[in-house]
Amino acid sequence: MVATFRKARKGGFSVTFNVTEDRVLLHAFTEMLELLGPADEGVEADPLAAAVGIGTSTTAPDDPALARLFPDGYTDDEEASADFRRYTEPGLREQKRSALQAAVGMLGRPGERTELSEEQAQQWLRALNDTRLVLGQRLEITEDWDEMVVGLSDDDPRLALFWIYDRLTYLEESLVQALW
Amino acid sequence: MSVAPMEVEEAGTDEVVIPDKPWVTIVWNDPVNLMSYVAFVFQKHFGYPKEKAHKLMLDVHEKGKAVVSNGTREEMERDVEAMHGYGLWATMQHDE
Repeated sequence: MVATFRKARKGGFSVTFNVTEDRVLLHAFTEMLELLGPADEGVEADPLAAAVGIGTSTTAPDDPALARLFPDGYTDDEEASADFRRYTEPGLREQKRSALQAAVGMLGRPGERTELSEEQAQQWLRALNDTRLVLGQRLEITEDWDEMVVGLSDDDPRLALFWIYDRLTYLEESLVQALW
Repeated sequence: MSVAPMEVEEAGTDEVVIPDKPWVTIVWNDPVNLMSYVAFVFQKHFGYPKEKAHKLMLDVHEKGKAVVSNGTREEMERDVEAMHGYGLWATMQHDE
């Protein structure tokens, strides 16, 4: 059986992961948390600003996957983008971290039915989507990614990542359908 | 009595005060976000009916981008921030 999010009869949502799904998700979310880095970034540079959620970074992250998670707010105004980033990126980073941490906290019980509140389901949705964004960026996925997979040789290490991406996509789709 | 207009040289830095034109939030197409997810986000964040959320999602998908909201600059900053929170690729600009 493949894990699928479902609407629970008595309200809320439920999902059951097998051992492999549980471990792969835990691994992927843990890597995401490492990628996002510590929550207190920028504290040393300006503790007062950090205390009120204002960051120090003014340009998009060098890592394209991080740049995808934290894009510029303007296409044609670097200065406004820099300001927007200082005021929003720390909060967004924390929001993404806490969604991933919430999802991690619900893993570790393979084979058991996990019940989720609406809020927990929303956190799972963000965790799954952000993980797919990063994986998609790493694989340089296009809308015709099926064709990309067809073109890979049997021993291409990306094949396994495409499989994980595909599983995450299925999981996320089931969650959107359950939420909607 | 009247006050003589002061001749102040404002070397190029003065901004012409124009009425605050509406700003817009634009969501851009990307190959990862699911169509169902994008429509769900539009409904959830903006409170749009399902049909409108679905139509906007299709605009993003087929035309490459769509204006999903408009308002003051501050309102659009909040919308763009929320879209980034959901992982959608969004920017804001003056409506033209």
